[in-house]
Amino acid sequence: MSPTEYGWLILAFPLAGMLVVSLGWRVLPGRLPGWIASAAILGSFLASLGALDTVDAESHVDSAWTYAATAGFEADLAILVDPLSVFMCLVVSGVSFLIHVYSVAYMGGDHGYARYFAYLNYFVFSMLLLVLAANFLLLIVGWAFVGAASYLLISYWYRRTTATYAGIKAFVINVIGDVGLVIAAFLLLNETGALDYAGVFSGAEEAFSPNDGTLVAACLLILVGAFAKSAQLPLHTWLPDAMEGPTPVSALIHAATMVTAGVYLIARTHPLFELAPTAADISAIIGTATLVFAASVALVVTDLKRVIAYSTISQIGYMVMGVSIAAYGAGLFHLMTHAFFKALLFMGAGSVIGAMAGIQNLDRMGGFRRAMPFTFLTFTIGALALAGFPLMSGWFSKDEILAYAIERGSGFVVLAVIGYLGAFLTAFYAFRMVFRVFFGEPVPEAHELEHGHLAHGEPINPLTGDPEDTDVGFPGPEHHVAERSWPMKAAMGVLAVLAVVGGVVGIPALTDTLEHFLEPTFEESRYHEVHPSEGAEWAGLAAGGIVAIAGIGLAYVLYVRRSGITLRLRDRYRAVHDFLVHKWYFDELYDALFVRPFTGAGSFGRRVIETDFVQGFIVGGATGVVRAGTSFARAIQTGYLRAYALLLLLGVAAIALYFLVASS
Amino acid sequence: MDITWYLVLSAFIFAIGAAGVMSRRNPLVVLLCLELMLNAGNLALIAFSRMHGGEAGQVFALIVMVIAACEVVIGLGIIVAMYRRRLPIDVDEMSELRG
Amino acid sequence: MWFEQVLFFLAAIGALAGALGVVILRNPFYSVLALVVHLVALAVLFLLLQAEFLAAGQVVVYAGAVMVLYIFVVAYIGGSDEPLRPEGGALGVFGPLFAAAVGIELTIAFAASGLEALDTTGEEVGAGFGSPAAIGQLLLTRFLVPFEAASYLLLVAAVGAVVLARRRRGLEGTSEAGPEAV
Repeated sequence: MSPTEYGWLILAFPLAGMLVVSLGWRVLPGRLPGWIASAAILGSFLASLGALDTVDAESHVDSAWTYAATAGFEADLAILVDPLSVFMCLVVSGVSFLIHVYSVAYMGGDHGYARYFAYLNYFVFSMLLLVLAANFLLLIVGWAFVGAASYLLISYWYRRTTATYAGIKAFVINVIGDVGLVIAAFLLLNETGALDYAGVFSGAEEAFSPNDGTLVAACLLILVGAFAKSAQLPLHTWLPDAMEGPTPVSALIHAATMVTAGVYLIARTHPLFELAPTAADISAIIGTATLVFAASVALVVTDLKRVIAYSTISQIGYMVMGVSIAAYGAGLFHLMTHAFFKALLFMGAGSVIGAMAGIQNLDRMGGFRRAMPFTFLTFTIGALALAGFPLMSGWFSKDEILAYAIERGSGFVVLAVIGYLGAFLTAFYAFRMVFRVFFGEPVPEAHELEHGHLAHGEPINPLTGDPEDTDVGFPGPEHHVAERSWPMKAAMGVLAVLAVVGGVVGIPALTDTLEHFLEPTFEESRYHEVHPSEGAEWAGLAAGGIVAIAGIGLAYVLYVRRSGITLRLRDRYRAVHDFLVHKWYFDELYDALFVRPFTGAGSFGRRVIETDFVQGFIVGGATGVVRAGTSFARAIQTGYLRAYALLLLLGVAAIALYFLVASS
Repeated sequence: MDITWYLVLSAFIFAIGAAGVMSRRNPLVVLLCLELMLNAGNLALIAFSRMHGGEAGQVFALIVMVIAACEVVIGLGIIVAMYRRRLPIDVDEMSELRG
Repeated sequence: MWFEQVLFFLAAIGALAGALGVVILRNPFYSVLALVVHLVALAVLFLLLQAEFLAAGQVVVYAGAVMVLYIFVVAYIGGSDEPLRPEGGALGVFGPLFAAAVGIELTIAFAASGLEALDTTGEEVGAGFGSPAAIGQLLLTRFLVPFEAASYLLLVAAVGAVVLARRRRGLEGTSEAGPEAV
């Protein structure tokens, strides 16, 4: 089979799974929908392996359908299979498969089980479509599908008001990105006359001089799209709210499918960014700013899932920085390792939340170490990988990005330094979670669990405390913990192993497998020769390791050895704490800048324009004209035959008069 | 005789017929007045046919006669039906189509 | 030549008088008779225009058969019905006014027309002009489609007349009866 045939198979499996599950929700019993959906994603993963086996240095493009063919330009339903897309397919389908398996057990008690898996398959299908698209048109289709799927899944508990609002927020911000991407595609089509990647890239070489204004604008618009999906400043606000969805959905959004789309897009369109270094630099700066911003917020957030969410924003910042400074291999390497440990962290968090009967507040947790040894082990592995502890996967990938930044020199060194600062914060907040959840005095729920009883709380909204029931549209009666369900345990085990050993594909000078595999996609890059020496890489790794250990050590001191000190620190620097707790006041800023003016304009429009102008003038005027016209027509319709004849003759006389006058 | 005479005559007959259609209320007489108007047209057609020296106008006149016959048949049928249903034989009473 | 002119004026006066009689006479029966006069006068005019076949048709079909039909209906429904209220009203004023306007407009159009042929007696025509043979030739060649259409029209009119005049039980005298009474 050819690579493109595998590519179509990759797309076909989740699509078929979605159709089967969504059409058969009535007849599929028990957990069967979950297993069908998982099997579909597994099929997709196997097809990805097939593509990996057959793909070579060539870019394989295959078109199934031509949407539009005009002079010199075709819009195809075409997929592109090259090392980059195969790599993305492997990560997406592989991690998604494990998340599906985890969900089979985790969502077991929920009403709307089949709906959940139909959405989940649709989400993965959309992401794979996005990754495999061979032109901007199909990319935008996948892009919008991913946005729609995320909306569906974040609002999955649709009777929970906060969840539906979070879904709307995610969707609106994603649409901002969609618009940016669409305009960018229009600009590129206008200038290069092509929509497919190869045509755009070769056309851009001819059409643009380096840093051409139009090209920079197009790249910035692409960045708007990428940042909206990848939750970078200033379009990041939807991602923490997206925690309203079920925990496996968070894992899916954060690890495998959604937020990595922006990184992929920048990597895919790297020829454009290399022609427009200004845009690439802006992207790198924003990525760096995001990583340090999100890490600082993660220090103080008390909601377990939101800590991980801000950690995602921060880690995506590293990836964006990596692909923006032409460290494509390193950025995508980090994308992969991040997918492993971030999915693992979310699964662990889901297990803890299950044990806490839905409570997500870190302040209420503690001492779960003995109650949930498996979760403790895997969560700690995930945290170590996130922190960049030596020999863990995150250590290799993150520090490789920073090594590249130092190698580029000049201003990029500043970025690298900020990156190391972020790494320190990352290590600190990662182990803040570990120490606060698993160490310290066991809370009642942990005690209960040690004696084999799972805590059962009243169903409430964890954000507002409003009472809920457990029917469809709300979370089910209980969510399972990893200790008891083998599918969850299996998924977390596999991910834990990957989080530890995932780094072997990118050990400097020893393996570098990933970089060599991706080389065909990036070999024409003008920065291809820029590569940190082995010594520099190992030095960067050593520095990263030291920073990580320092951060973990600080967290140990603050939260385990002298656990009261954090409260005193908080009171001492209350202003800083408030600033961080309010997430640098981004939500408030957007509320004042956009939401309030728009709602004000909306209510003005409803009160004044709608009632007075539209209802009064346009609608009222139209009905008035129609009414006057009809009453006139009624007056003519006397029903008297002779009156009709008179009108007829009047017309004849008038026309005859006209011709007489006109001809004389 | 000049063709103009015939045409002016046909115009007069047409006008008389039209006046009758509008002023008479007996449907039978209205039909008769319609006959007048059609015949005025026929006269004009035949005059033009003579003027051009071709029979096409006469053929049209013949077809107008056919149409006049159809109209008579239907019109008289309607009048008979009205009479059968004891409706007044008066076009002004037939005003059910008033808007 | 004078004979033709005399004949034209006589026929024209006859046609106009007949037409006026149709419109003015109160009794429908007399109106029909006036129309017969008008039609016969028109037939004379047709003859003057060398349309012999049509003149014959006018007399035989129109003044003969069709008028018999009229007289029959007038006799059937009682033709001497006096109108319950005076004819006309506003329509009685405006109707003739507009009719006169149209008549004057047409007259101006014909009399003041720049068409020079109108002031002649027409093209020179041969002996066969307007003969049944010539008209039949045209009807079956050049005007075959209108001829066929006219024949279908006659058929439809005949069927329609039968439907209209059919005696329907239950409908007679009760205009309120619905279709279920049929």
